[in-house]
Amino acid sequence: MQSLSNRKKILEQEPMNFWERIYLPAIFKGLAITLRHFFMKKNTIRYPEETREYSKNFRGMHSLKRDELGRERCTACGLCALSCPAEAITMIAAERQKGEENLYREEKYAAVYEINMLRCIFCGLCEEACPKEAIYLDGPHVPPEYLRKDFIYGKDKLVEQPFINLEELSLNK
Amino acid sequence: MEFAFIIEKFILIIVVFVITLVIAMYSTLAERKVAGFMQDRLGPDRAGIFGILQPLCDGGKFFFKEEIIPAGAHRPLFILGPTLAIITACIGSAVIPWGQALTIGDRVVELQVADVNVGILYIFGVVALGVYGIMLGGWASNNKFSLMGAVRAASQSISYELAMGLSIIALLMVTQSLSLKEIVAQQEGFVNWNIWAQPLGFLIFLICAFAETNRVPFDLPECETELVGGYHTEYSSMKLGLYMFSEYINMFVSSALMAAIYFGGYNFPFMYDLGLSANWITIIGVFVFFIKIIAFIFFFMWIRWTLPRFRYDQLMNLGWKMLIPLALANIALTGVFIILKDKFF
Repeated sequence: MQSLSNRKKILEQEPMNFWERIYLPAIFKGLAITLRHFFMKKNTIRYPEETREYSKNFRGMHSLKRDELGRERCTACGLCALSCPAEAITMIAAERQKGEENLYREEKYAAVYEINMLRCIFCGLCEEACPKEAIYLDGPHVPPEYLRKDFIYGKDKLVEQPFINLEELSLNK
Repeated sequence: MEFAFIIEKFILIIVVFVITLVIAMYSTLAERKVAGFMQDRLGPDRAGIFGILQPLCDGGKFFFKEEIIPAGAHRPLFILGPTLAIITACIGSAVIPWGQALTIGDRVVELQVADVNVGILYIFGVVALGVYGIMLGGWASNNKFSLMGAVRAASQSISYELAMGLSIIALLMVTQSLSLKEIVAQQEGFVNWNIWAQPLGFLIFLICAFAETNRVPFDLPECETELVGGYHTEYSSMKLGLYMFSEYINMFVSSALMAAIYFGGYNFPFMYDLGLSANWITIIGVFVFFIKIIAFIFFFMWIRWTLPRFRYDQLMNLGWKMLIPLALANIALTGVFIILKDKFF
């Protein structure tokens, strides 16, 4: 058939010579390759004992940050919720009362802050939108759960652990 | 027959049987380990250190699986299939000489269950019987894939038995004996090994041994990509286990046979120059023999994870158009060499 594209190539296939036809050299070559792999370093990571490292720019679970005095940085401005393309973030704002200055950095704070991890697409736009540097996606991946409701993370799971502060601990009790 | 003789043979049979089964058992683990290592993985290593308990777990699992016999199957033959496969696999090891005689007190204990003077023919008979297990199982399953697997197994084993027999004839011309004990005893030291006299014959025998044990690249009877599981498609639980086990036992027996008739069996280099007593030579010889067998088993696995499966017409071409003429040529060449050797040396 005539070639319309002008790119037709006729493949010249020579008949196999004697050594190719008896296959043995090719078989020995193959055996050498598999034997080399036998002694190579193995790629296996024995999972529960060892874990693969995350890459540096991995975006995983969110954490709500605290400042250097251990106060929550979030001021419940709602920019993260606004920027979220998956509508995964909701919050209810509250006003800081007298005596809570050691808990919240700004005069307004998030009384409830929830992220639905099933909706979240881990794009990192909340991180970019936040004017207070309060939210970062710096955790590991979200662990599996049995129920959908367990994937809605509240402040108990999101807020960074405070620095160990004995005074605060006794206050909470 | 005296009583001590019977006891002696009985113990020997039990020992050989246990060793055969243990090696077959650990071949299943070794197969997976070798596969893993050749594919840059580790293979099973959770059950016990280095996965040493894996075969026990697999065996236990096989026993506790539900056993299904298909409604259309021929019940007695369906059960007979795997039974025959494993029995024929096991009895092949009877004539293999595991070592020289061991002297205990004033008793001389031969480390061979039966010194049949036509040992090689016996092994051939047993190997030929082995295909009945596969044939019966495949036919009795009442499944087209099983039947095709069985038919393939039958025609493959007939085709390759011919070339195997012809390669053995050339060997017999060199050894002048059919008894395995005699053949192994002739190959004293290192230079007398039959591989040096029969390199081409060994190659043909090796290829045929792969075909007879249904190992890759000749595993067309159980070829997963075309026939689901081949002859054992309908088998489950320990019956499937027996089929798999018989494959590994066959592999062990044919490794032992190849090590015995071509690689000197229990003979090792400088065996009489080390100044050891006869019993020590025997014991070391047995170890050497097992090292050779294990090397062959490794070679079986190594080939399996290197070569792809043959197409069926290629398999038949190789058997009938390549190996049989080659084996015939080998016989003629051997004859010429023997005459030349008689005339001039």
